[in-house]
Amino acid sequence: MKDLVSIRDLGKADVELILEEAAKMEKMLSKKADGLLAGKIVSTMFFEPSTRTNMSFQAAAKRLGAKLMTFYPSISSTAKGESLGDTIRMIDGYVDVIVLRHPYEGAARFAADVAEHPVINAGDGANQHPTQTLLDLYTIKKIKKKIRGLKVSLMGDLKHARTMRSLLFGLGMFGAEITLISPIQLRMDEDIIEETQEKFGATIHQTSEIDLREADVLYVCRIQKERFSDQYEAEKMQKEFRVDLAMLKDANPDLAILHPLPKVDEIPPEVDSDPRAKYFEQAKNGVPVRMAVLYLAAKGR
Amino acid sequence: MPLKVEKIAEGTVIDHIKAGTGTRVLALLSNTYPLSKMVALIINAESKKLGRKDILKIEGVFLDEKTTNRVSLISPHATINIIKEGKVVEKRAVETPKSLSGVVKCPNPKCITNTERAETTFMSAGKERFRCRHCERLFSPEELA
Repeated sequence: MKDLVSIRDLGKADVELILEEAAKMEKMLSKKADGLLAGKIVSTMFFEPSTRTNMSFQAAAKRLGAKLMTFYPSISSTAKGESLGDTIRMIDGYVDVIVLRHPYEGAARFAADVAEHPVINAGDGANQHPTQTLLDLYTIKKIKKKIRGLKVSLMGDLKHARTMRSLLFGLGMFGAEITLISPIQLRMDEDIIEETQEKFGATIHQTSEIDLREADVLYVCRIQKERFSDQYEAEKMQKEFRVDLAMLKDANPDLAILHPLPKVDEIPPEVDSDPRAKYFEQAKNGVPVRMAVLYLAAKGR
Repeated sequence: MPLKVEKIAEGTVIDHIKAGTGTRVLALLSNTYPLSKMVALIINAESKKLGRKDILKIEGVFLDEKTTNRVSLISPHATINIIKEGKVVEKRAVETPKSLSGVVKCPNPKCITNTERAETTFMSAGKERFRCRHCERLFSPEELA
């Protein structure tokens, strides 16, 4: 692996390698990993605001003993109108790995073509966010010890959530049995469902009924209210497609509830203390997974 | 009575164009080549194969591969005849290509190729659809043409 641009570029063996490496990183987290990337410089270039992704990449680089250079578009030559291509070429001359988030779709692919050093996609518009998918798969595998055969439900605004499309692909790759739960208006695009079925022979059900008795994993995302012209309609859907303690009464006692965060109304705070809520643990896993990705990229694997 | 259209001596005849799309093929070519010599567009000609078809005859222009690929997006079953000294020297069927590089713009306004100097590539994704190598969205040939 050189660049990490899209989940579509990864085969099962690549994903397994990253997950195995991430498990090693998690064990070494506190001290032993320090020095693995000694003498290397990692640059985080975020053209869009981000808390978790940005900070966990920075934490990952620091844990590996790399030096960090943070790029600020608002006070750099980008503000003077410099093209992304020129900016990437310049930074490529200073550092060993580039981590890029950009509002335009395909920005990471473009940057990877331009740069000689590895480029890691930390989100390109509505397109891809591969390290999120990797950390989701890592979390599921860590909690459930496997992915194949697991009953995984994805719930919420499946039409607009980038996370869900990539995760569907990743879960299909590893043979999970997937249920898509959403309002009819917010169903996932048929294209990605068909692609996942054709590529991996995945089992995918679609429904608007929430039934968690059999589910091993419930992955929730928020309804993107800003995309609705009718705010009342959005509120109504959010009320219906939320996870509360009453709903969890009948759910599988071994259920793992995940969420890419930030969460708003779709999971009320009282759920946080339920032992099935695993989303903060999930967010924490962002560090070892991104350590693995940075390490493998910097070593040219 | 069938319409008589003059034969051309040097140039390209695009035959079996899907009826009604000939004007779009002509528009495409006029953006690509200087059409300074005779051009004939026959619309709704009778065809045994297609029922109706359009035909385009262009004197002095020899269609290259890139342009042939773009014609395929508009009319996937057209045939190209290259004419030299009044004879057909090459006959090729337009094929839907496996990939299209540097041929068309990406229709997604949020695709990076529309703001940076980047060559677009579209890969065939089956079912007559193409995926942009950059933004990874799917497009029909119609959308790309």
